[in-house]
Amino acid sequence: MSMTQQESARMREQQRPVLSARGLVKTYGAVVAIDGVDLDLYAGEVLAVIGDNGAGKSTLIKCLTGAEVPDVGTIRVDGNEVRFRRPQDAQEVGIETVYQQLSLAPALDIASNVFLGRERRRPGILGSVFRMLDHAGMRKEAAEKVDSLGIRTLQDITQVVETLSGGQRQAVAVARATAFGSRVVVLDEPTAALGVRETSQVLDVIRELKARGLGVILISHNMPNVFEVADRIQIQRLGRRAGVITPESHTPAEAVAIMTGAVTVDDEEETGDEA
Amino acid sequence: MTHTVQQTAAEAFRSRPLTPLQRVQRVLHRHPAISPLVVLIGAVIVFALINDRFLQPANLSLILQQVSIIGALAVGQTLIVLTAGIDLSVGAIMIFVAMVMGTLAGEAGVPGVLAFLVGMVVGALAGLLNGVLVSVWKLPPFIVTLGTLGIFTALALLMSGGRAIRGDQLGGFLTWTSTTFAVGPFQLTVGVVLVLVLYAVGAYALSQTAWGRHVYAVGDDPAAARLAGIRTTRVLLSVYITAGVIFALSAWVLIGRVGAATTNSAVDANLDSITAVVIGGTSLFGGRGGLIGTLIGALIVGVFRNGLALARVDVLWQTLAIGVLIIAAVSLDQWIRRAGAQR
Repeated sequence: MSMTQQESARMREQQRPVLSARGLVKTYGAVVAIDGVDLDLYAGEVLAVIGDNGAGKSTLIKCLTGAEVPDVGTIRVDGNEVRFRRPQDAQEVGIETVYQQLSLAPALDIASNVFLGRERRRPGILGSVFRMLDHAGMRKEAAEKVDSLGIRTLQDITQVVETLSGGQRQAVAVARATAFGSRVVVLDEPTAALGVRETSQVLDVIRELKARGLGVILISHNMPNVFEVADRIQIQRLGRRAGVITPESHTPAEAVAIMTGAVTVDDEEETGDEA
Repeated sequence: MTHTVQQTAAEAFRSRPLTPLQRVQRVLHRHPAISPLVVLIGAVIVFALINDRFLQPANLSLILQQVSIIGALAVGQTLIVLTAGIDLSVGAIMIFVAMVMGTLAGEAGVPGVLAFLVGMVVGALAGLLNGVLVSVWKLPPFIVTLGTLGIFTALALLMSGGRAIRGDQLGGFLTWTSTTFAVGPFQLTVGVVLVLVLYAVGAYALSQTAWGRHVYAVGDDPAAARLAGIRTTRVLLSVYITAGVIFALSAWVLIGRVGAATTNSAVDANLDSITAVVIGGTSLFGGRGGLIGTLIGALIVGVFRNGLALARVDVLWQTLAIGVLIIAAVSLDQWIRRAGAQR
């Protein structure tokens, strides 16, 4: 295990982060959701973000994915500064997100949802002049994507999303993000509504994304899952980064202790690479 | 795609046989245009039995002409209702545009085609005004269009001074929509054909283009649509502007049908267009329904009014019958929506 740790540490020294944030601040009126948060994500790694309720996890990832515009702070993608005004901006540079509240249109079918916002048109004049959608092609591809997640109760790709269970909806959202993410995939509590079997399938998908060289950010409350797939774990506490640990350097119990503020960790030691 | 894994108890429950009523509910949930279609067919049969003049081609042609104006407005209204909005100003915009076209052509001596084009631009701008207030300023559509209802009604009256501009002053182009031609035993007008074309184009755009998917997604859940990468403000603006253009085309149909540009026609058009949309199965909560339903809804209103009139029923009873229909349609919508929650 220490071998992998050394390897990934060496890799990180050579690489520039695929996604990095410095000094992000987001306030909602008097409420300070995140208070100067930094984050670095490297290609081909899984970075878990954990923290208690109200630690600013969701706000942090919303700022990273364009769902919210941070008040202060900079975000870089492959070293270039970016300003995301809307989720579409992040999608355009290859950052896909599965939001906790699932961004699905309940009245549309599974295939329409997988391709929502980037529908594919028919080839030729039907697509260019008459802007006709390639329903058949999108259905076929959506079926493949959803099938690869192995969610067994999804049978009909033309089924309307509101007729699906919570876990099935989550599968659709995960299928969409993994189908289109080319740089980074952010998953906010992707296994919250899933059973044991589906959860392990989502963890497999995360490993596969990592193997494809994508950066993955996983927000989760499930410590066993986090310690199973994460390369590094960023711990958020009270709107700040309390520290970054690895599954090798700390135990789940220690991570929880940092999360609750019982123990502090020297932040510079782990993330001083940008200094 | 079916997996032959042994079922859990919950999965067995899910795949249980449905009662006939649940099956009906499920089918209606998938195809919301079926229930208004049943009502339309039923109404036609009943009125045909009451009065044998009802089914004569001349009468059916008349019904089409009678519903053409409400039918045209209801195309734009459907787009707006699909985004979970509502437009109370549709009739006011139409009459305002009709007066703009009429005043330019009839009093200022502008060529009919030019007056028409100016009217289209005015309609688009009126839609833009509603759209900006709804999507950029985030005001409730009900209140916005209640305000613009007053504004456009007043502007139309101020501009015309309450006078009508007769058809013979308007020139051939603006009254072209009244031109009749025979299709078999039926007498159609250019206006009726224009309205049918509006439905065809609109239904195509809603079901076959990305824009159509986005209209449904924005009406369904605007927050989710935004997170999915849809530019919701832009979609809303495009819907209101498109609707404004449709209302301007409705003004052209209106001028042909009335044979004049006047502020005294189609005064009930605002609410009647909403009636057609609601009876047609489009949900006022947005994201569900479509133009085929609205076309059927508009025809139901026309068939009821015409059929009851042929049966010599007082006009007040017609209004009452339409009122009952609206409540029945909305109740049915609620019942059908529960099918979605069940599974």
